[in-house]
Amino acid sequence: MRRSLELVGLSALPLAVLGVFFVLPVSGMVSEGFLADGRFDPGGVLEVLGRPRVHRVLWFTVWSSTVATLLAVLLGLPVAHLLHRRRFWGRRALRSLLLVPFVLPTVVVGVAFRELIGEAGPLGFLGLDGSAVAIVAGLVFFNVAVVIRAVGAAWESLDPRPAEAAAALGAGPAHVFRTVTLPALRPAIVSAASVVFLFCATAFGVVLTLGGLRYSSVETEIYLLTTNLLDLQAAAALSILQLLAITALLVVAGRLRAVPDPALARSTRRPPRPAPGDWPDLVATGLVLLLVGAPVAALVAGSLRVGDTWSLGNYRALTGEGSQHALLASATDALATSLRTAVDATWMSLSLGVLVTVVVTRRSRTRGERRARGLLDGLFMLPLGVSAVTLGFGFLITLDRPPLDLRDSPLLVPIAQALVALPLVVRTLVPVLGGIDDRQRQAAASLGAGPLRTFATVDLPAMWRPLTAAAGFAFAVSLGEFGATSFLAREDHPTLPIVIYHLIGHPGAMNYGMALAASVVLAATTALVMLAVDRLRVPSVGAF
Amino acid sequence: MRPIHALAPLVPLVALALAATGCSTIGDGSSDGEPSAGPGGTPTRVVLVTHESFVLPKPLIRQFEQQSGYDLVVRASGDAGILTNKLVLTKGDPLGDVAFGVDNTFASRALDEGVFAAYDAPLPDGAEQYRLPGDDEHDLTPIDNASVCVNVDDTWFAAHHLAPPKTLDDLADPQYQDLFVTPGAATSSPGMAFLLTTIAAYGEDGWQDYWARLMDNGAKLTAGWSDAYEVDFTQGGGQGDRPIVLSYDSSPAFTVSDGKSSTSALLDTCFRQVEYAGVLAGAANPDGAEELVDFLLGPDVQSALPDSMYVFPVDASVQLPAQWARFAQQPSEPYEVDPASISEHRDDWLREWSDVTSR
Repeated sequence: MRRSLELVGLSALPLAVLGVFFVLPVSGMVSEGFLADGRFDPGGVLEVLGRPRVHRVLWFTVWSSTVATLLAVLLGLPVAHLLHRRRFWGRRALRSLLLVPFVLPTVVVGVAFRELIGEAGPLGFLGLDGSAVAIVAGLVFFNVAVVIRAVGAAWESLDPRPAEAAAALGAGPAHVFRTVTLPALRPAIVSAASVVFLFCATAFGVVLTLGGLRYSSVETEIYLLTTNLLDLQAAAALSILQLLAITALLVVAGRLRAVPDPALARSTRRPPRPAPGDWPDLVATGLVLLLVGAPVAALVAGSLRVGDTWSLGNYRALTGEGSQHALLASATDALATSLRTAVDATWMSLSLGVLVTVVVTRRSRTRGERRARGLLDGLFMLPLGVSAVTLGFGFLITLDRPPLDLRDSPLLVPIAQALVALPLVVRTLVPVLGGIDDRQRQAAASLGAGPLRTFATVDLPAMWRPLTAAAGFAFAVSLGEFGATSFLAREDHPTLPIVIYHLIGHPGAMNYGMALAASVVLAATTALVMLAVDRLRVPSVGAF
Repeated sequence: MRPIHALAPLVPLVALALAATGCSTIGDGSSDGEPSAGPGGTPTRVVLVTHESFVLPKPLIRQFEQQSGYDLVVRASGDAGILTNKLVLTKGDPLGDVAFGVDNTFASRALDEGVFAAYDAPLPDGAEQYRLPGDDEHDLTPIDNASVCVNVDDTWFAAHHLAPPKTLDDLADPQYQDLFVTPGAATSSPGMAFLLTTIAAYGEDGWQDYWARLMDNGAKLTAGWSDAYEVDFTQGGGQGDRPIVLSYDSSPAFTVSDGKSSTSALLDTCFRQVEYAGVLAGAANPDGAEELVDFLLGPDVQSALPDSMYVFPVDASVQLPAQWARFAQQPSEPYEVDPASISEHRDDWLREWSDVTSR
């Protein structure tokens, strides 16, 4: 009885937030689609699902996201190993740099990519512009950081002794990896992969910009149907399809994640320096740096060009509102707004994320209890899988009257961003917290510690590192978020990505340069914040 | 593990960051906290709902607030399509008092749904021609216009000793193979305008064939205007290699150096987009709303339009900025498609267009 009360108590707040800001708006929007002239008409929705175009779109979404996720995992794992299990000069800087793509506005990345692979670009001979390969490369570019960071956080706290024992007993490195390391990392890998898949499946700008309109995904289709055609029936059909597909994915991921003995022993040792045997790591890191670095370098170079000369003029122009250029706000103001919003979104998603994680990872006594916890786990992943426009229009039509008259509230933006970041936070925390041996908590309790004290001495030290990783993610997601932010009302205070879109969407050589410069500022800010977060440590980590 | 003093250098950094950003948006003085009505229920503010591209210089906002005595709250988000659909979905319980930015390609949808209340604002000289055909009640007031036209890079054509194209037909001429880039109709508002140009030029049954010829001649499609102009166009921000691009009639005013523009707009390939303002049905402050519509038509806002929003004013007597007056020519007879017809066929046309272009 006490346990179920505790379960309900801890999950009440996250559930209420999810209910008001996700379930209500999305169901409001979907039910609009089911109503034809005020009557309930499910036939129309079903008819949409039978269209050949819908099947084509669904198939493209599934295969491109799957390939991109596999590539991100394959490339990300060795990099995570090098950056989190090896010690060398500059690894912190590298870690924060690799998170940069995560916040770059898609429109700018699209431009940077196409400067490289377009017909006239240095890689133009590859003929990648407008191909599915370009889309997949773009998806990997954006998401490889998720694998590196989420798996890296788990790998860092993995006890190296079992692997060393296996090696001492004569197992080769590949054998050790397959039989010892991989099983221990599986929850983290599956977690990261499912998040990456969701991000890929709902990618919008990448598919349109790099695919040259030849490809459409479920997400781009919903966008077109909702914002351009106002065909809510078809949009509802696709939203339901999206939700079903994601639910299926989550069930599969949940199965794959479960390991018989999830207890993680945590490592306390200083990592060694890279050795010659680490060459696969070095190769993969080189590849990822190339993939991430080339477009970013193109971006930086572009931002330093004014006319035919090198100059800092674009950067100088960012600080003023400029009589010549129709800036929405000076980029410095916009950056301040972005940072403020990101602080809010971060604390919101972290507090909700910790609550959800605690609820989800507690050992269940009964099968029903385990089901309930598993259901909650999946529920909080859903916001990642639903189109931002569905959510945005849903806000307008459902949050419009007291007591929920919130559609003009300035808090909607950080809340929407927090919802997008929440699955990342949860997926980063769950593998670690789930890996704590429950006997430690029982021991603490039998020594007289109350629930809070137990949490502070057992759970918190283990969670600290993934918590900082998660905070970094949430902050980065918020800084770079465009879809929901652009959709929700702003009042004189646009965020930096919105200013960037505005700049790049209007003629004038200066506007283009300033958009690139503002993107570099956004990227640099993110990297610096990540670097600072990365240096945060609590002394008690690994104290026992 | 790291001892606690590893944290020490961070303390001032974090403190600085938090101070610089004012910590968070919560508790920020936002206008939502203010009462929307004064004593006796008289409204104290006007809420303008508009799209992301709306920019009005701050002094003009202050001027309106002083003249009218109302606070002006601007809620800008999304593009013209999103704006229209928002208005349709929230009709009866509007998001504000005035909407600005619904254009002639989306206006019929909003009119059919009864989003606006009639207001017959006195129009300045020359603005009458921009009225929306079919808007007999005068729900909508034209505020600005800009034409979507094919642009060419004159320096490129001079360097290659080739006469630049002039007409839509020229674009399908093998002379100009692989030279044209345009944003797609499904994902971009100028792209949609170009599709409408071709529908007006070749008829409802002939445009499909034209697009097939265009694609056979190597026309390139991009997602948005910035992809076409900034990446692929030879005079854009990057290193593009296509000298013909879809853009606006005002674009040549932005490629000026040494007193000459390196690009020009082909004035026989244009579709005119007009943006409207309207008082929303069920507005909390209809009087303030009407006052704001009048203000948008006034000479101060009208003359600020080119520099702040890249569009032409509807007031013919307003003086244009120097660069515009010299280099931005407007088409005298742009192509037109009946707004009601756009509203009715948008879905079919876009589907057919997608089929033709992805063949």
